[in-house]
Amino acid sequence: MDTSTPEDAELQAQFDATVAADQRIEPRDWMPEGYRRTLIRQIAQHAHSEIMGMQPEGNWILRAPSLRRKAILLAKVQDEAGHGLYLYAAAETLGVDRDDLTQRLVDSRQKYSSIFNYPALSYADIGVIGWFVDGAAICNQVPLCRCSYGPYARAMIRICKEESFHQRQGYELLLAMVNGTDAQREMVQESVNRWWWPSLMMFGPPDGDSPNSQQSMAWGIKRHTNDELRQRFVDMTVPQAEVLGVTLPDPQLRWNPDRGAHDYGEPDWAEFKAVLAGSGPANAQRLAHRRRAHENGAWVREAARVHAEKQAARKEVAA
Amino acid sequence: MIPADDAPAPAEPAAGETPAAARRGWPLYEVFVRGKRGLNHVHVGSIHAADDEMALHNARDVYTRRNEGVSIWVVRADHIAASSPSEKDPFFAPSADKIYRHPTFYAIPDEVPHL
Repeated sequence: MDTSTPEDAELQAQFDATVAADQRIEPRDWMPEGYRRTLIRQIAQHAHSEIMGMQPEGNWILRAPSLRRKAILLAKVQDEAGHGLYLYAAAETLGVDRDDLTQRLVDSRQKYSSIFNYPALSYADIGVIGWFVDGAAICNQVPLCRCSYGPYARAMIRICKEESFHQRQGYELLLAMVNGTDAQREMVQESVNRWWWPSLMMFGPPDGDSPNSQQSMAWGIKRHTNDELRQRFVDMTVPQAEVLGVTLPDPQLRWNPDRGAHDYGEPDWAEFKAVLAGSGPANAQRLAHRRRAHENGAWVREAARVHAEKQAARKEVAA
Repeated sequence: MIPADDAPAPAEPAAGETPAAARRGWPLYEVFVRGKRGLNHVHVGSIHAADDEMALHNARDVYTRRNEGVSIWVVRADHIAASSPSEKDPFFAPSADKIYRHPTFYAIPDEVPHL
């Protein structure tokens, strides 16, 4: 950071005092360039994840088994779009442009959550995504409601209120399935087996391999380490799995009375890195779909803009 | 959803490096929602739209999916005038030294009721 002049040092001191006092930084406040860059990167990735997260589930809307399930899934996918928009709006307060962020996404210059590069292969996946993926998202997002950057924190509060429905609808779907036939129970277990480890990876690399965490925590962007949040998710999920009667696919998973927490196995970090780097099962498909949707919408955006300009010009002439 | 925030990402440009005007996207609107009758409109976020009418529709879809409001205002972000945070102290200074504007400034004997 640049504190070369007394003025800069004073601004830095004001910023540090605001963060230390657990107050919020607002868009027009002075902030260190690194803080701004970190927030832009994190909020944009978060927004992209919401938008990309529409794909695995959107794919099942037309194949939902009942009108009830279809309406629920449609509402959930619409929420994800809304969450993406809240977050793009928060990112824009930092001086970036949404169109530019979208371009960065479709050009593979910005990331999104690795979890959406796994395919949703059966309808049980819709339940498990709600239960695990939205459950993990809640663990991650609740502390972000107290993030030091005001617009991000406010977007997270709004999102967290809606996320609870996402997790509950997933769990309820699975309850219906495990109370159904043997084949349905097998579908649920098979889906749990596929999604468990990728869900644990959603919290990011282990603390020892997470170079940005410490700075993010010092800035009040992040409140807990990756491993703390992962542990919280495991402890929260185990009793939920018992009620469903499914087995979490980790032979090392057991209660540790000394720690007052569950011990669990190590996710395959090589797989995590490979998926992040672009070689997950669905990376290419997801990105191509997003790019196509963006390009196919170009004429609509252009037409609406030109129409609005024409209407405005007519109004001016009439006035 | 949330990404792993440790995902390696290419360097960001400095804020505002890509001029929005160059691509001529839709303008930015700030959105204010009245939660229920009797309350003020409160700022809830922003939205992009080609014109005022679309801004209202988009704001409804994005910010009031669960009965969060009974009325929405949208206003072009570039039409808002705001005080500058850097002049925070001088701008708000006139209110700081007029303590006689607060009821606690006036000492009233305890036995005086309803005051």
